[in-house]
Amino acid sequence: MGFFKITARPSRAAAWSLSASLFVLCVIAYAYTAHSRHKENPKDKVVPTFSEMWDGFSRTAFEPDRNDEYRLLLDSKASAKRFGLSLAFLVLAVLLGLYMGVFPYLEHLFLRFMLFVDKIPALALLPILFIVFGLGETSKVALILLGVFPTIVLDTYLRAKAIPKQQTIKGFTLAASDFEITYRIVLPQIIPGVLDTIRLNFKAMILFLIAGESLAASAGLGYRIFVVRRYIAMDIIIPYVIWMSVLAFTADALLRLWIEKRYTWRGES
Amino acid sequence: MNDQPLILHVDNVYKAYPDQGRMRMILNDVDLKVRQGEFVTLLGPSGCGKSTLLRLILGSELPTKGHIEIAGKPVTGPDRDRGIVYQKYSLFPHMTVLENVVFGLEAEEFGLVSRYVRRAKLAQHRRHNKEKAQEMLDRMSLGSDLNKYPHQLSGGMRQRVAIAQAMIMEPKILLMDEPFGALDDNTRTDMQLFILEQWERTKMTVFFVTHDLVEALFLGSRLIVLSQFYKTAKEDNEGSKIVTDRAIPGGHPKPTSFKNSAELAAMLEDVRRRGLDPDFAQHIHEFDLSHADAYQTVSAAEWGSDQDHDSQKDQRTT
Repeated sequence: MGFFKITARPSRAAAWSLSASLFVLCVIAYAYTAHSRHKENPKDKVVPTFSEMWDGFSRTAFEPDRNDEYRLLLDSKASAKRFGLSLAFLVLAVLLGLYMGVFPYLEHLFLRFMLFVDKIPALALLPILFIVFGLGETSKVALILLGVFPTIVLDTYLRAKAIPKQQTIKGFTLAASDFEITYRIVLPQIIPGVLDTIRLNFKAMILFLIAGESLAASAGLGYRIFVVRRYIAMDIIIPYVIWMSVLAFTADALLRLWIEKRYTWRGES
Repeated sequence: MNDQPLILHVDNVYKAYPDQGRMRMILNDVDLKVRQGEFVTLLGPSGCGKSTLLRLILGSELPTKGHIEIAGKPVTGPDRDRGIVYQKYSLFPHMTVLENVVFGLEAEEFGLVSRYVRRAKLAQHRRHNKEKAQEMLDRMSLGSDLNKYPHQLSGGMRQRVAIAQAMIMEPKILLMDEPFGALDDNTRTDMQLFILEQWERTKMTVFFVTHDLVEALFLGSRLIVLSQFYKTAKEDNEGSKIVTDRAIPGGHPKPTSFKNSAELAAMLEDVRRRGLDPDFAQHIHEFDLSHADAYQTVSAAEWGSDQDHDSQKDQRTT
């Protein structure tokens, strides 16, 4: 076996089965645990069987609740709205970072401040947000933004700064104005990288989203799992967690594919 | 000998950079006049400040002392009067060949906002610019690569597009900073012939920086050597001066056979010794400033007390 051979070249079949093995192992281990616990206590709630989880999932997904709402849809919509709103605000972060990277005066005005704000643990501000903005949507979106806004600003700033000065100068010799250089030379070149960073920050955004929802909300994926926790409803919590992961994974993959398809000029750096 | 209008005038230019707590002089009193249609090659040992001088002319940096004029207008920053071709980063990677070449024409006619306000007009100009760019690229045998991105082109093609991009603006002077330095030998020779062809067609003024002696002598109508290896009456000299400013004989452009001629070999030896050899360090009295437009201001301290400098045409003490 060449497990510790640097030059090893596993076959396609070997590569695929290796990739799948840990997933399969987890599923088997879970099924075994669930099975043995249910043999001891058929009413066990902590480790529900797959069929119990499917039942739980179907109930939230396909059956209307007391208010005639499909819960999974309701929760997904509520969370997606908060997530999307935060995402829209990140456009401002990108613009700010771009301007800081291009215009030295703005760099001096904002850089130190942003570096400091970036270090504030956003979750620690949650009580303040609730006091200032109340328990509504504003607080939750504000929390997500406080968490990732400075990161995106600073990342965009660094990317804009990394564009070779020669390109700016060349822009001037080609009769471009300051703003044309900003928007037609610098911005389009950093956009794919900035989108990548935003993509990688999805995880942080979801984290803040769940944190916000867990404390004050009436709907939302994060809200739901904390509500049903009271009834130890693992048959709902686990499918919800999987559902959130699938959503995040899909959003991430779609954006990644779109970047690859859209920015074909990125052949080499 | 040449009554073309003056395009570039570098007058008493000094450039110093901070270095370990003091100012280190890089360019020490550089004087230079270039007329329209000249193909000037600038040569010098590494570290002599060739690229610094080019950046000063470009306007991406300003001199510590002295001033630079382009066609009578003082240089305050990079603008459309000077074109630039770099060795690296020569094209905008996110634009196709055609977009790269058209960029300048469009930027000149439309601002960021008017692009959107005057859409019909933009479309009309685009057609016109596109034709112009296409014609130019066809002539450079790049006609079939219009929609390729820079990363899909070879190094030589990329530099040709970069030259087209700069030339389409018809700048007063085209500055080139070792543009062929990263190319292999064959491509380099092709590119040398290519730039001479372009020069012959347009008679544009070119200021070409290189560290390759043969390239400098083959391409230029006039050779400038900037060097930190020289002696004056002063003990401590810092910063480079122009030690050679001469016409390159043999007509312009030269036939390729010039590269193998005895004439070139002789000149090569002379230029190498005077300009590039740190041990030789010719005295300021011996500089070869034989070009009709060459001049140099020299302080009495540098020249020596005897004030005997009739051997040096156009040289004057200040």
